[in-house]
Amino acid sequence: MFAYYLDLALRSLKRNKVLTTLMILALALGIGATITTLTVLRLLSGDPLPQKSAQLFYPQIDPNPKDGYVAGETKPAPTMTYPDAMNLLHARRATRQAAIVLSQAKVMPLQANSHPFFSDTVMTTADFFAMFDAPFQFGGGWNANDDEGAAQEVVIASFLNDKLFGGTNSVGKVIRINDHDFRITGVLKPWAPQPRFYSQDLGGRSYGDGDAVFLPLKSGRAIKMGPGDIECYAAVSDMDHLEAAPCMWVGVWVELGDAASIASFKEYLANYAKQQVSLSRFQRSETSLLDLMGWLRDQQVVPDDVRLQAGLAFGFLLICVVNTVGLLLAKCLRRSREIGVRRALGATRSAIFAQFMVEAAIVGMAGGVLGLVFAELGLLGIRHQPAEYASLAHLDLAMFLFTFVVALVASLIAGILPAWRACVLAPAPQLKAA
Amino acid sequence: MQIQPVLSALRRHRLATLLIALEIALACAVLCNACFLIANRVGLMHVDSGVDERSLATISLTGYDDAKSTDLNARVTSGLRAIPGVQSVSVINQVPFGEHAGTAGITLDSAGKQFGGVVDFYVAGPESFKALGLQVVEGRAPSSDEYQPLQQFVPSNANVLVTRTLADHLWPGVDALGKEFWCDKFHFRVVGVVANLAKAEGSEGGPSTIQWSVFTPAQPGPNLSGRYLLRADPSQLWRVLRDARAAIATVAPDAVVDQLQSQTITDLRERHFRQDRVMAGMLIGVIVALLLVTALGIVGLASFWVAQRRRQIGIRRAIGATRGDILHYFQIENFLIVTFGIVLGMVLAYALNLLLMTQYELPRLPLYYLPIGALILWGLGQLAVLGPAMRAAAVPPVVATRSV
Repeated sequence: MFAYYLDLALRSLKRNKVLTTLMILALALGIGATITTLTVLRLLSGDPLPQKSAQLFYPQIDPNPKDGYVAGETKPAPTMTYPDAMNLLHARRATRQAAIVLSQAKVMPLQANSHPFFSDTVMTTADFFAMFDAPFQFGGGWNANDDEGAAQEVVIASFLNDKLFGGTNSVGKVIRINDHDFRITGVLKPWAPQPRFYSQDLGGRSYGDGDAVFLPLKSGRAIKMGPGDIECYAAVSDMDHLEAAPCMWVGVWVELGDAASIASFKEYLANYAKQQVSLSRFQRSETSLLDLMGWLRDQQVVPDDVRLQAGLAFGFLLICVVNTVGLLLAKCLRRSREIGVRRALGATRSAIFAQFMVEAAIVGMAGGVLGLVFAELGLLGIRHQPAEYASLAHLDLAMFLFTFVVALVASLIAGILPAWRACVLAPAPQLKAA
Repeated sequence: MQIQPVLSALRRHRLATLLIALEIALACAVLCNACFLIANRVGLMHVDSGVDERSLATISLTGYDDAKSTDLNARVTSGLRAIPGVQSVSVINQVPFGEHAGTAGITLDSAGKQFGGVVDFYVAGPESFKALGLQVVEGRAPSSDEYQPLQQFVPSNANVLVTRTLADHLWPGVDALGKEFWCDKFHFRVVGVVANLAKAEGSEGGPSTIQWSVFTPAQPGPNLSGRYLLRADPSQLWRVLRDARAAIATVAPDAVVDQLQSQTITDLRERHFRQDRVMAGMLIGVIVALLLVTALGIVGLASFWVAQRRRQIGIRRAIGATRGDILHYFQIENFLIVTFGIVLGMVLAYALNLLLMTQYELPRLPLYYLPIGALILWGLGQLAVLGPAMRAAAVPPVVATRSV
C-alpha cells in the first residue's frame, strides 16, 4: 500500500512542478537556518568533559559585605579569596581538588633573535590534570609538594611544544617564563575543552584554542604573575600582595564521586561559611555547589547573539511550516475530484489521510536534503565569522540525522491539516460536479 | 469595486485565508523586531568616539620590567618621535575601542555613599589632549601644570574634564564646572566639559553609559606606561604605525608589542564592531529570506485560487466585468487578507519584543516600526499577487460557455 501511496504522491508532486519546488525551497530554507544555528548552539552549550562532568563541582562562598544582600536571593561570589581557596584545598574533603587562576606568561624562545610572546597560562595545583582528565603526551604533572614548595616546574601544551621544541620530547628541558627558568615536567596532548568551563569568571576565553602553560599557583605568584580577573570587596591599597587583600581572584574545583560525598561536601561548605561568619570574616553565609553543567548554565556561557540567532531561525522555520501548510492545502483541495473518485471506489478515510501524509513526508525529505545543503553553507559562513568558536562549527553525524528528523516532523505537522481536509471531503458532491 | 463580495468569497475559504494571514502575522512580528535589532546594532556601531580617529594610532607594549617603565617611556617616546611624519607622541592608559584600563566606580561625596556610576578614566600625559582632538564645549583644556605624577592608577587630587553626557548624568541641569567627585580616596574637580569621549570597550552598563568618560591629565611614570598614542596625517598614518612597530624592536627590545592592540584607531573600531556587523548582516539575511518565503506562499495560494475560479472569472467577464475589475478583485482580496494578518502581527510583534526585552538588554519597540512593517507587507502582498491576478484578468469570457 505504501508503495502505491508513494507512486501517487510522486505523480501529484510532478503534476505541479512550480508549487512543489516552492514548497521544498521554503521548507529547506527554514530547515537550513534552524540546523545551522542549532549546530552552533549545541556546540557552545555542549558538555566539555562528558565522561567526568557529573563528578566535578564548583564551590562558591561569599565574603562580600552585607550591603545589597537579600537573604535567599543573592548568589554567592563567583570566585574566592586566596585564603578561602587554600582552606578548602587543604581540608582535602573531596577526592581531588584544585585552585585555578588564569594569567598571561611571557615566554622567551631559546633560539637567538627570536621575540618573546605571551601565552595563555593556568596557575593551578597538582590535581588539575587528573581531575580534568588532561591527557599527557610526555611526562606528567607536578605533585602536591611542588605546590607547597613553589617549584619552578611547568606543563606545556602540545602546540607550545611544537613551537618551542619542534614536537620532540621536551620533558626535563628548561623554558624561560617571565624571565625565570622553569623545568618542563610534562607535555599535554592537544586538549581544549569547549566551552572552557574552568576559565569562567577568571578572565579567560570561553571557546577556542586551549591554554599553553600550566604551572603551580605559588610558583606563578612568586614571579609576580597577576590574575586575569580581580574582584575586591573593600578598598585596597596594595595590589601586589593579593594573597592578603580583600579580593577574590581564585576559582576552586572539586571532584566528588558519589551522592554521599556530595552531601557531605555541601555540609562542610555550609559549615565553613558559618564558621567564617562567626569569626566575623564573612557577613553572608550563602554557599553554592554547582556541578559543571550547572556552573556553565549559571555563567550563561552561550553568547546572547547565538541564542538570538537560534530563536530567529525557529521563528523562520515556523513561518516556512505555515507556508507549506497553505500550499499543501491548495494542492489537496484542487484534487477534490480525484479524492471523490478514490473514496467512491472504496478507499477509506484513513487511506486518503495516509496518502496525503506520504506526500507531505516526501516534500519534507526533499526539503531535508536541500536544507542540509543550506546548513552546510550556513556553517561555512559561521566559520568565517569573527568569533572564538568559529572554527569549531561543523555538522556532526547526530546533527546530520537530526536534520531529517526536523524535516520529517515539520512536514508531517504541515501535512496534517491538508490531509485531514482531504479525508473528510464528502465524495458525492465531488463526483456530481464532474 | 465593492468589498462585500470579496469578503463573502473569503468566508468560504476560511482556512486558507487564515493560513496566509497567520503567515503574514508571523512575518510582521519577526520583521518589526529584526529591523529594530538591526537599528540598535547600527546605532551602536556609529557611536562618536570624540577623538580624531583617522589621525590616531596606538602602540601597546607589555612584558617589560615595571621598575624600568620611566626609562621605557623615555626611550619609546623619543624613538617614535624620530619617525618621519609623526605629529605627536604621548603616553595614555587606554584609547577608544582598545583594551580598557581605567574603569572604576565614582561617588559624588567623599564618604562614598552617593554612587555616581561606572566610568572610564582616560589617564594621559602631556600632548595627548591636543593629539586626541577632544572638543571642549565648556570650561578649558588642562593646563600644562595639571599633568601631575601618579602614585596609583589616577592622581590623588586632580583637575579633570568630563563628557557632556556624564556631566548631565551626574549634575542634571546644573553647571558641571567646579563640581567634585571621588573614586575611593581619589578626589577630582571638573575644570572642563568635552563633547564626546567614548568608553574604551563600549557600554557594559547599557547604551546610555557609552560616553561616561573622564579625561585625567597625568605625568607618565611607573603607573602610566606601555601605551603610546601616535598622531600623524591620515594619509601617512599606516606607514607611521608600521615604522613605529619596527622601531620598538630597536628602542625597547625588552618589551613585547601587543599586536592586536597596536593598531590605528580606525582598525580598532572596525574590529570592535565586527561581531555587531556580522549580526546585522545576518538579520538582514533573515529578513530577506522571510519576505521571500512569505511572497512565495502568497503566489502559491493566489495561483491556486485563480485556477480554481477560472470558470467564475469567465462568467463575470461574460456578464460585463472588465479585465481591470478582475485584477482589482484579487488585489483587494490580498489587501484584506494582509491587513488582517498585520493587525494580528502587530500584537505578535509587541509580544515578541516583550519576550526579547526579558532576555536581552533591549529597549521597547518604538511604535513607528509597526506602520513601517505594515507598509512593507502590504507592498509585498500586492507585488506577490500581481502575477496571479494578471493571469486571472487574462481569462477570456468564453470560458464561461465551456463545461470544465
